[in-house]
Amino acid sequence: MNVPVLTCNHLRKSYKNGALVLSDFNCTLPAGKIIGLLGPNGCGKSTLMKLICGILVPDSGAITVCGHPRSEKTNALISYLPERTYFNSWMKVDELIDYFSEFYEDFDSARAREMLHNLGIDTKANLKSLSKGTKEKVQLIMVMARRARLYLLDEPIAGVDPAARDYILQTIISNYDPQATIIITTHLIHDIEPILDEFAFMGYGGQILMSGDADDVRTEKGKSLDELFREVFRYVQ
Amino acid sequence: MAWQFNNTEAVFLQIADRLRHDILNGKYQPDQQIPPVRQLASIAAVNPNTMQKALTCLEDEGLLHSQGTVGRFVTSDTAVLDAAREKMRRDTVRGWLKQAKELGISTEELIKYIEEVTQQ
Repeated sequence: MNVPVLTCNHLRKSYKNGALVLSDFNCTLPAGKIIGLLGPNGCGKSTLMKLICGILVPDSGAITVCGHPRSEKTNALISYLPERTYFNSWMKVDELIDYFSEFYEDFDSARAREMLHNLGIDTKANLKSLSKGTKEKVQLIMVMARRARLYLLDEPIAGVDPAARDYILQTIISNYDPQATIIITTHLIHDIEPILDEFAFMGYGGQILMSGDADDVRTEKGKSLDELFREVFRYVQ
Repeated sequence: MAWQFNNTEAVFLQIADRLRHDILNGKYQPDQQIPPVRQLASIAAVNPNTMQKALTCLEDEGLLHSQGTVGRFVTSDTAVLDAAREKMRRDTVRGWLKQAKELGISTEELIKYIEEVTQQ
């Protein structure tokens, strides 16, 4: 039997200021998929990711990860790339690798070093001396070097140059494990479109407006996912 | 560098086209093993499932055959390769004719242009 990697049942989340970000969010995600979670700013994509890894608590509803109710234990199965960098800037890259290997059982430090080397990042460097884009690369490498079951990548390619973007997408593909599922949010739809299995368009209130097989979009609609997004979320003048 | 795709045709069909060209133009020789799915997916920067679909297309056409866990090989059947090459050539010329027609160039004029341009 195939246990879904992630299920969300009737998730509801509002913030103290009264904003209802997710009103009734449901999903069931199988293993072995790369899924693009796409939607306009403020529709609840990041909130959803934070709920899945327990940074935020839902008002109501339930989340299971690989069949287990969400808890500190299921966090060991999740590798999360937040939209902001959270590293302690006094660390060196080397120390960061040690830190991750101690913290996460599934962290493959040899892989991390290989990827850092391929991108020409000096592991002796202090994190605070790195540019914003390089910090983002380091962070993504740390996240992808884990052997997790669920990867949550919140805007993984937004701040990096096009060449590194290609490398990062290739990294995601070559790390692709049939047991794992990857959820990616981004506005750079054109760039990630070829690597997606499935896509979901999220509207305000966390509603899924449209979802399906990314490959079928061109056949059925005669347009790219990027074009479809612009059409679905067009602002009326 | 990731492969570029147009917006109107399914990505896996575009990949199949490109690999078919590579096979028929001799980049991959008869009986030669092609790289594994994951590696091809990584080169093209596409999802491995998409690459798999493209390879299945070429298997259905008889250009590739898979040998269990060993990998995928280009066919050694010259009849299949010749037929596919012939089809590719015809499709290419058909494409030229269509483009010419859109520009209001008749078949006779096209032949005349081709002769003129080749002599220059």
